[in-house]
Amino acid sequence: MGKTASRKAFGEALSELGDKYKNVVCLDADLSKSTMSILFKNKFPDRFFEMGIQEANMIGAATGMSFSGKIPFICSFAAFLTGRFDQIRISIAYANANVKLIGTHCGVGIGEDGYSQMGLEDLSIMRTLPNMVVLQPADAKETKEMVEWSINHVGPVYLRLTRQGLKDMNMDKFERPGIFPEVKKGQKVAFMACGGVLEYALEAAHNIAKEGKIDPAVFNANCLNPIDNAFMSMLANNFDEFIVFEDHTINGGTGGMIAEWMSENANRPKRVRRYGIRNIFGESGTPEDLYKFHGFTAPDIEKFAKKYLL
Amino acid sequence: MNQSVFNRWASETPKIRANIIKMIHQCASGHPGGSLSSVEIIYALFAKDGVMKHSPSKVNTFDRDRFILSKGHGVPALYAILHAVGYDITESELMTLRHLGSRLQGHPDRVRLPYIEASTGSLGQGASIAQGIAMSYKLDKNPHRVYALIGDGEMQEGQIWEVASSAVHHKLGNFTLILDYNKAQIDGTVKEVLNMDPPEKRWEAFGWNTLVINGHKYEEIVQALTTTHPEKPTMIIAHTIKGKGVSFMESNIVGWHGSAPNDEQCKQALQEIQQNQAIGL
Repeated sequence: MGKTASRKAFGEALSELGDKYKNVVCLDADLSKSTMSILFKNKFPDRFFEMGIQEANMIGAATGMSFSGKIPFICSFAAFLTGRFDQIRISIAYANANVKLIGTHCGVGIGEDGYSQMGLEDLSIMRTLPNMVVLQPADAKETKEMVEWSINHVGPVYLRLTRQGLKDMNMDKFERPGIFPEVKKGQKVAFMACGGVLEYALEAAHNIAKEGKIDPAVFNANCLNPIDNAFMSMLANNFDEFIVFEDHTINGGTGGMIAEWMSENANRPKRVRRYGIRNIFGESGTPEDLYKFHGFTAPDIEKFAKKYLL
Repeated sequence: MNQSVFNRWASETPKIRANIIKMIHQCASGHPGGSLSSVEIIYALFAKDGVMKHSPSKVNTFDRDRFILSKGHGVPALYAILHAVGYDITESELMTLRHLGSRLQGHPDRVRLPYIEASTGSLGQGASIAQGIAMSYKLDKNPHRVYALIGDGEMQEGQIWEVASSAVHHKLGNFTLILDYNKAQIDGTVKEVLNMDPPEKRWEAFGWNTLVINGHKYEEIVQALTTTHPEKPTMIIAHTIKGKGVSFMESNIVGWHGSAPNDEQCKQALQEIQQNQAIGL
């Protein structure tokens, strides 16, 4: 089955929803062909604002538009957008501005462009901010669901999207943030995976389960803020081991959130293993080579998990 | 607008300055210099018969002009003026400035105080937010205007020059930026720290409808605020005196950027402000 990049699903969703939600506007900083906001631009040229290569000003201008009744979507690479943290922190988050931040080209999965273009720290940065909902869809359908949810949510939302295609993971519904969809049932061990890595974590879990010794559950860890305490308690009550897979730094991201929550709240000690980019920068390469290099392919994950869980 | 209006505003201004001094004195912290330098500019916008179309009853609508204080550290002036023109801030609430739990944060917070248009304090950001409101008003064919006040130290921020390019590109004739050109910042005079002179040539070069005025003369302020261009944004370079109205502040503009007066200095400042009123300064 063909794969769809979540950035493309975003562009399609926003241009489809633009008819229904007249207050939606879209701003981009000279990357509309890459973030796919061009699809909205083509359909609603009056409601699209080309801001040029001025991410800080784009963040501020969108904030002002949200203070005048608009629902602005601002689009750039995750690295460039969240790099303007001061503007996001004060103009948007502190003011609880109704701005939706679209950060595309996340992770080493972007490939050849190399580290400077890779959003590798964006989740860690964004989840420090009160008010900021932090979401990462795992397939095209979930992206579309999250875009519409974001329009209806009053307050800032950060959406982390991929350049590369994502397999259809049957994420048909997104009802509220903080509840991770269960992708595979299992016992004792839970794989928590997100974005482009979910497909491979699931494949690895199935292969491991076939051997009959370990049966990992798999969850789509699609939200870092807000945290649903009841849902996290359910995880803590049902599983002893967590391995968190993400195409992102291991410091402070999805693994960080889960490890922090478990160490503060779990009824008995849990082991949480973070699995992602370990204290190194990204580099150029094909997306496939980079996924192998960082151990994100299904065989890599399977090998690691079996050894780790022994 | 006629001279009698300006005379009335002039007679009301010392009360605003006195409140600024009292507010900063009672919490023993804040920015008196740049609050006092901007009083006439902000009051000409908000005062009865002033330039802005606004009203406390219209805060939740877009049927009004908007003012963004991008130089957020000058917010005591804005609080004192909002109080003076009838927004729901009592004189006793003014004296809660910077206290735990107060709506009157040390820098503007629109979540706590809904009469504040933008949460500012990290310099440069308010100008972008104002630009966005102007873009939105233009899109909606909303005839109201957007005003924003920046500082001359703030003009060193790169984001200000993003706005300088962008507001011209987007043909925001409904947008007026005002520069509180008081010539001092924390580490020294603006000339010493990072010279931004001559501002009028810089803004003209970026394509702004640029005007230069005395920022303490109501007649000149109103004249400039009502001089607009259909497509170009307007930049008003308002020459001001940091610490205006208090002699010991005016003679040490760097020192009074971010220091609060002690009891003795507060007393002297309030006396001077009262005397100035008596002699019509």
